[in-house]
Amino acid sequence: MDPEHADTTGGETAPLALKILVAGGFGVGKTTLVGAVSEIRPLRTEELLSEAGQSVDDTDGVDHKVTTTVAMDFGRITIRSGLSLYLFGTPGQDRFWFLWDELSQGALGAVVLADTRRLEDCFPAVDYFEHRHIPFVVAVNCFTGARTYGVPDVSRALDLDNGTPVVLCDARDRDSGKEVLIRLVEYAGRMHTARLLDSVG
Amino acid sequence: MTEDLTGSPHAPGSQWYDHEAGPLVRPYAVTGGRTRPGPAGVRFDLIALVSLDPAAPADDPALGPEHRALADLCRAETQSVAELAAGADLPVGVVRVLLGDLLELGRVTVSRPVPPAQLPDERILREVIAGLRAL
Repeated sequence: MDPEHADTTGGETAPLALKILVAGGFGVGKTTLVGAVSEIRPLRTEELLSEAGQSVDDTDGVDHKVTTTVAMDFGRITIRSGLSLYLFGTPGQDRFWFLWDELSQGALGAVVLADTRRLEDCFPAVDYFEHRHIPFVVAVNCFTGARTYGVPDVSRALDLDNGTPVVLCDARDRDSGKEVLIRLVEYAGRMHTARLLDSVG
Repeated sequence: MTEDLTGSPHAPGSQWYDHEAGPLVRPYAVTGGRTRPGPAGVRFDLIALVSLDPAAPADDPALGPEHRALADLCRAETQSVAELAAGADLPVGVVRVLLGDLLELGRVTVSRPVPPAQLPDERILREVIAGLRAL
């Protein structure tokens, strides 16, 4: 470990921050969910991109560097002094995948928000976390007016791996959001234990 | 814009711009064009926690205004890199470079987040679940 980080090896006293991602299609309620459970007003941080947009931005033959800013919303929940949970809403557009890579580094797990009226919007997120073995739960945001489906229906429609939890929720509601996070942390714990057992067995 | 100034009796820079003109300084200008943190070469995670060295002087003449803004933000309490970026209204990439400077000057300490292979033990996770229930 670098000497600069020697302070983190102190064990108990070092502050610990855990990261949870909130993913899903555009307009599915990611920021709403982050805001509902966060103790701080969701903050917005910007990442400057200079090259990533190049291949996909429709600049037809215009050979110049495209500079784009991508905003990420995040919130915080303090469990106790020295232990906090950070929630990051992932950028919706697929072309920011590389940012997902950074965000998911060391993440405890992810919440994939889904809207049953356009379930396909969350396919890329489900795919992404499955392939990287990042524990995730699917939280179906029950919009008023949308037909309600049962958990098994959603699970089947998304072709989820066995055991991936599906939770029905209301992203605006704090208690509902808390429940989603609890399910995720429980599941992440189980996955982690299973992996540890696998590695020794 | 340069044409407006040609032949103007006023010195360049005497014009006023309002907030809507957007930032007048390009983001990486405050880092002197550097886009990567200095020799320490650390890439700070968004949730890396930054604490101000208790011995850091309050009005540090060695620091520029943006460095100082970051140091001030950590003064009250430990801040994550993401919070610093939001608080200082600077892009994360710029904050990383400035933090690299502060780290080298010994003004701050930065904690490394838990690597994926060493996710927190069950005790911590149980604590998190209990904490969430109690919210």
